[in-house]
Amino acid sequence: MTAVPDKHYFPHRHLLGIEELSAPDILHLLDLADSYVALNRRAEKKQDTLRGRTQINMFFESSTRTRTSFELAGKRLGADVINMTPTTSAIKKGETLIDTAATLNAMHPDVLVVRHPDSGAVKLLANAVNAAVINAGDGSHEHPTQALLDALTIRRRLGTLSGLTVAICGDIAHSRVARSNILLFNTLGVRVRLVAPPTLLPTAVERYGVEVHHDMREGLKDVDIVMMLRLQLERMQGSFVPSEREYFHYYGLDYDKLAVAKPDALIMHPGPMNRGVEIDSEVADDINRSVILDQVEMGVAVRQACLEVLAHNLDQSDHNQ
Amino acid sequence: MSPRLADLTIKKTRPGRVAYLNARLLDPETGLDTRGGLLTEGEFIFDLGPHVSGEDLAEDYTIIDAQGLCLAPGLVDMRAHLREPGYEHKETIHTGSRSAAAGGITTIACMPSTNPTIDDVSLVHFIERRARETSLVKVHPIAAVTKERKGEQLTELGLLSDAGAVAFSDGLNPIANANVLRRALSYGTIFDVLLIQHPEDMALSGSGVMNSSELSTRLGLLGIPSESEALMAARDIRIAEMVGGRLHIAHVTTAETIELVRRAKVRGLKITCDTAPQYFALNENAVGDYLTFAKVRPPLRCESDRQAVVAGLKDGTIDAVVSDHAPHDQDSKRQPFIQAAFGIVGLETMLPLLLEMVHNSHISLLEALATVTCRPADLLKLKAGRLQKGFPADLVLFDPDVAWRVDRKAFMSKSKNSPFDERPVMGRALRTVVSGRTVMAFTDED
Repeated sequence: MTAVPDKHYFPHRHLLGIEELSAPDILHLLDLADSYVALNRRAEKKQDTLRGRTQINMFFESSTRTRTSFELAGKRLGADVINMTPTTSAIKKGETLIDTAATLNAMHPDVLVVRHPDSGAVKLLANAVNAAVINAGDGSHEHPTQALLDALTIRRRLGTLSGLTVAICGDIAHSRVARSNILLFNTLGVRVRLVAPPTLLPTAVERYGVEVHHDMREGLKDVDIVMMLRLQLERMQGSFVPSEREYFHYYGLDYDKLAVAKPDALIMHPGPMNRGVEIDSEVADDINRSVILDQVEMGVAVRQACLEVLAHNLDQSDHNQ
Repeated sequence: MSPRLADLTIKKTRPGRVAYLNARLLDPETGLDTRGGLLTEGEFIFDLGPHVSGEDLAEDYTIIDAQGLCLAPGLVDMRAHLREPGYEHKETIHTGSRSAAAGGITTIACMPSTNPTIDDVSLVHFIERRARETSLVKVHPIAAVTKERKGEQLTELGLLSDAGAVAFSDGLNPIANANVLRRALSYGTIFDVLLIQHPEDMALSGSGVMNSSELSTRLGLLGIPSESEALMAARDIRIAEMVGGRLHIAHVTTAETIELVRRAKVRGLKITCDTAPQYFALNENAVGDYLTFAKVRPPLRCESDRQAVVAGLKDGTIDAVVSDHAPHDQDSKRQPFIQAAFGIVGLETMLPLLLEMVHNSHISLLEALATVTCRPADLLKLKAGRLQKGFPADLVLFDPDVAWRVDRKAFMSKSKNSPFDERPVMGRALRTVVSGRTVMAFTDED
């Protein structure tokens, strides 16, 4: 990889998706996040990198872990963090997304962390504000910080990314996590296999340079990483898959199916898990294999790195608009 | 002459070794048509061919002299309604199996037109248990595609397949919602399931009771347009083309539908179809004077459609012939035409009506047999329908030329609803063998 000019190198105003990032962009963010992991384990976690900056977390879709993670990341960097949720905002009163953006913009926030149930909505909002925008998940489109924290988790455990094989299993069709991960893994030279029933695969997914498997035992054969996705309960009950029972039987991760993966294969899950639907409890709790809690820890560090580079790119002078 | 059926205790006997000598051996898959003998050992075919004769046979062989008659694989009927559980007054697995044995059928795939419908693993197990305990022939359940056959939620296609469902169908409730059919076909590809769809746009058919034609107008009966079949078949074929999956179109009856299937096959799609004897042996005129035994779904069509069915069998567009056995009690049929139930019993008339096609020189004997042996067995992925070494000793010995009249009162089925009553036919099953045991044999007594 080419040498990175400086600590704050990041040639983007927003972080809207993995799609716009190059390999050096990603590796730089991972390196920076690495340094935060150590800091976060200390008693004194507070930095002043973002002192004076205002970060608004706008979650148009409910979330606990991602919102908390962004909140902690901002606070540890010294920013003033505000959480906005649809129930306490004007959204419920019928305000359009653009109007909400304009209103917020007038308050001069520096960073907006946005989650929205509609694909593309975060970009629409980003175009209407002066602040740096981080996509915290838009519909079935992208969730870039999740992909970055997954990559960091893998790199710290296995020492490298390129040359590995990862199986992403479950509801690919509706998953922004899967899309961001496929893009990131493709960029960094990780081989990707998708394991799902055809009803949970998006159209023409094989053109993404991935291997597609409907049989989980074939799909998990000799993989280094098994990444399970959450199956939304509303996707079951006969519309996309017949039942939880059948789904678990053919696509739930248990030791039996895991046996064909590499002996030390990592198990990942973006959470929250449906135990007994996509993952067996025993597997989820296996401290030697499951890195699900590592993922949560890496999440804060990765978001600190993203906040830092984006805040640095902001105009250092006062807002005068 | 009358058929004599074995009782259920035969299932407890050991099949032993049997030699069928002096037979015309017919295997539709390989095209074998030769004079010779066939040996069974236990439940399987041990040897066959011109070299098998009475000489050098071990003493423990039971010898059956076929007297030059045809020995073929037992017939595989890939669609019959056996009515159990729920409608045991019309038929049971036991009485249906007796009817099948009398007709030379050794394997039945039974439809989930039961109450409850077969949409859960425990119900597949129920059918299998009842078949084990009460059936003279092999019975495999077809499970529902959607819960309660409502066309909404998929059933557990994987677990049901693993439990023994050989195909999936919502019977006469075709899946109307295109997205549900799309998901069923798409999801079904994981397990390579066969999805059998009744091709009918029920909204277009409305409350029609017979083919829509000049005749329906004359009789003052609401018609079912032939377009309602072709429209649904065309839609279903396009959906199968989009997502893959094995779509099997049940009982095709119109020239247009058959042409659609023909073209789909040319395009290389995995589309298959079947028809039932009434659609090549009868046309709408059989309804005649409001004969409710001729009320069937899909309805008997006009003569040009009947000829198209014959042509479809001739050129192989139609993969299989099924009995479409739909037994109904007297009360369901002794009604004004509009109120009478749809359906015809078919297990005991399938072979003679198919042989009619051979006698009329439409298709060869081996081609005719293929539609009721190896081809349906392949569609259901059953190890059946072959007169070959190592295959199950499921056999039918039949006389292709014996002339007789259909007599519905003599049917072994619990129900007698047949429009073929008193029809002169040629050819009859004289012995039916399931897993090496004779379950039906004709006797000269009485």
